[in-house]
This record gives sequence, C-alpha cells and structure tokens, in this order.
Amino acid sequence: MSNASLPALSGYLRADGRKGIRNVVVVAYTVECAHHVARLIVNAFHGQEVHLIGFPGCYPNDYADRMMKRLATHPNVGAALIVSLGCESFNRRGLEEEVAASGRPVHTITIQQNSGTRTSVADGVEWVRWAREALDTQQRVPMRLDELVVATICGGSDSTSGITANPAVGVAFDQLVAAGAACIFEETGELVGCEFHMKRRAATPELGEAIVACVNKAAHYYTVLGHGSFAPGNADGGLTTQEEKSLGAYAKSGASPISGILKPGDQPDTGGLYLLDVVPDGEVRFGFPNISDNAEIVELIACGAHVTLFTTGRGSVVGSAISPVIKVCANPATYERLAEDMDVNAGRILSGDATLEQVGAEIVQLVAQVANGAQSCSEALGHQEFILTYKQFEASGPGCFPLKAA
Amino acid sequence: MSTPIPPSAPRLLLMAPEDNCLIARVPLVAGEALEIDGAAAVLAEDIPLGYKVARRALKAGDKVLRYGAIIGTVTADVAPGAMLHTHNLVSDYIPTYTLASDAHSFIGSTH
Repeated sequence: MSNASLPALSGYLRADGRKGIRNVVVVAYTVECAHHVARLIVNAFHGQEVHLIGFPGCYPNDYADRMMKRLATHPNVGAALIVSLGCESFNRRGLEEEVAASGRPVHTITIQQNSGTRTSVADGVEWVRWAREALDTQQRVPMRLDELVVATICGGSDSTSGITANPAVGVAFDQLVAAGAACIFEETGELVGCEFHMKRRAATPELGEAIVACVNKAAHYYTVLGHGSFAPGNADGGLTTQEEKSLGAYAKSGASPISGILKPGDQPDTGGLYLLDVVPDGEVRFGFPNISDNAEIVELIACGAHVTLFTTGRGSVVGSAISPVIKVCANPATYERLAEDMDVNAGRILSGDATLEQVGAEIVQLVAQVANGAQSCSEALGHQEFILTYKQFEASGPGCFPLKAA
Repeated sequence: MSTPIPPSAPRLLLMAPEDNCLIARVPLVAGEALEIDGAAAVLAEDIPLGYKVARRALKAGDKVLRYGAIIGTVTADVAPGAMLHTHNLVSDYIPTYTLASDAHSFIGSTH
C-alpha cells in the first residue's frame, strides 16, 4: 500500500455532508427545445466551471427525472440554472425544489414566459455570473479518501485493453477500496461470460444470485436488440467476441469483494466495490441500454462518482460534464498517436517499460491530484459530453445492498 | 515514447496457463519464424498488435480460452500459429458486428 504517500485531499463541503472536488454551475435544459438557449448561456462562460446538462425528451420518464435530480445535486455541483421551454412534460418544479432543498442556489428560466431566446439567454448569463461569483469565494476543506467515489468505464476497447489498462485500473481500484473509497464498475452487457466469476466475489450469496440475474438480463436485452456491446472498432483492434471483450473489461474491477449492485442514481453509502447495472428492467423498450460511452459515464456520475477512470485501446477522447474523466490508454501505438488526449500510458506494460503495479500506483496518484484540482487531459481540452435518454428501472432488491441491510 | 521490446522478451503473450491462444505483443509479419511451446512455427499471415494466434491445432467446434476462460468457438480447423479472429471464431452468446465486409457483416453465433 502506497497511500501514505498520497497528497492530502480537499473538497467543497455540501449541506448533506458530502464533499465535491469541483464547484460546477450546471445549466440544465428540460427538453431539447430549450437546449439552444441553455447552450448559449454556457458558451458565455468559456473556460469556467459552467457545464451543460439536460434531457431532450418531451414525454415524462421517472428515470430521467431521478437522474436530473441526482446530477443537479451531485457533490461536484454548487449551483443549478434550469432552462425550460414551458410546455414540456418534465417536472421542472420538482427539480428546482430538490436542488433548493439541497442548499444550493437554483433558478428556473421558462422561455415561453420570458420574452423568448434573447431575454432568456441574457437573464441566464446574469444569474450564472452571480452564482459563479458566489461559488468562487467558497474554500476547500479537508477530505478523506473514504469520502471519494471513483468510477471506471472502458470505451474503444481493443485486445490490449484487457492486458494493460484494465488490469492496471483493477490494481488502482484495489488500493482505493482498501483505503475506504467507494469504487464503481459497470456495463453488465460487457460482463457477459463473467457472471459466475463475479458471483464468487459477492459479499453474500443473495448478492451473488442478483449479479448472475443482472448479467442474464443484459444478455437477453442485447440479444433481443440484435447487437452485443461490441463495435466494429473492437474487432479491428483484435477482439473477436463479446465474451473476450467482457473478460478484458472485467479486469477493471480488480480483486476486491463486490459489496453491492447499484442502479443509476443509487449512491453507495459506504466504501467498497460496486457493480452498476445499467440495463433497464422489464420488457425491452426505448432501444439500446447505453447508446454510447457518455450515457454510462453520466449514470456513474449520478451514483456520486467524483472522477471516472476511462480505459481505451482504440483511443476515445471524450470527457464529461460535472466530473473529470481520466484517460488510461491501453495500446502503446494509440498512445503515440493521441498523447494529448491521454493521461496515462498503460501501453508501457506491453512494451516492458512498466509493471501493472507501477501503472496502478500512478493512476491512484493521478486520482488524488485531479481530486485536488489538477485538470485531466479531457477536462483541460474542454470536453464536457453529456447524454441522457429514456429508460425504466425498478427499485433495487434488498439482496443488492447487503451492507445496508446488515 | 516507449522503448522497443528487448529481443529476448516473448513476442507472443500467454495470458493464462490453460489458454490455447497467444497474443501478439508487437505487430508480427508473414514469414516470421516463432517458437510456440518449444515447436518452430512460421507465420502464414501478418498478425497485428494484440491479435490472437492458435497455440496448438484446433478443430471446428473447439472452445478458445483466453485469460483461462472461454471466449468462443472455432468454426474451422486452425493450425498452430494461425490467426484466430472473426473469420474462424464466434461468440457463444451474441453475434459480432463488423464493418469489414457488407456481405458478411453479421457473423452468426453458434446459438
């Protein structure tokens, strides 16, 4: 364990006792019709911590409602501006009340009642400027490692992902979990074939059964839709089958016991290793469980993730609104092509220039530095991708949270 | 930048002792002589970085193991040192979609 050498952490204290590593003003549109106005407001704050989030749909959806509430009250968020057209189904009042109850400044602009685009943009800019000035006076306070939530995802995987970047993140996860942090891995569709191995790592037999059931749900969902979680670039990178990709992806989880299953928006209330179940419940509807990587990143953030470790072999360049994304590049050739987008060159493991343990320790150090305010590559490049689509979930069963039940 | 792999280092990686495939640690070229489990083999085709080759002779219907776990089933006989990829290896769960060929863009599963 090398955590003794980690720098002391600090963060922004929120009214619910959680701490954030960023102090973002989110501008949240509540239907696509308000997206442009919200974007113009955000564009006035280039280079500042003002991020665009939103839900495009006009039909109501409990999942989207819950996600927006979790995101707008995420510990990395200090204030929220809601931008509504006015006639959409989204419950903007419910969102405003949730943010206000969390102790954060919040304001709603309804375009139809505010003289249209120009006035709404001007009013929004004025409010965000006020909120930004208020947040900029807030001081950081000491933060412990066991107050940190770290997520991992892989995207643009290739055959090297499972040899270098993913097991290196697994080493980092083991160190972070041992230090008390909550760590979340995800995408049961990319764990098809690993279910019985995960079952053996579950904290209780009931959780083990729940893990097998949720991977079966994912296999069924993807089979009905006719595609696995497998893109042509995966095959170009030497991966042949879903289960081969799965086994490589699974290495990100490390070797800690699995403490529970989360659904999007569930927040772990103790440290440990958690599996995020991103595949909807019930009959197959609304299309693919996650249309691209950023939909999963947003779900990890809705579970409280302060920072996301993104492993890639082919070379994804995305970041995210709200929480920084750290890129761990698996393939040494990809790293040379895309160095400006990559935080960690795990390809050094393949070329014999570093060990898994060395890269894992480097990732833990980087998590601490980014938590303390250092910008990740995608963050410095201005990446703030965000996707939220329709889904449906049932509440998690008691077997999914054995620690809470105990 | 990364330094070249020392000549003494293995050019093919074995991920788990029970595996019957090996992973190219560097791009390999057709005609290259390699040693696989003590036996000499000459590559019949280029093997890009990260791609799989058969560690031993495989017959259609055999399971392929990587990381000590099954990653699919071979659809044709495969010689040691030959590439294992979408042309001769399929998922036991979900078909693999590729852009490589419109005519064969949807590679069927064994199920």
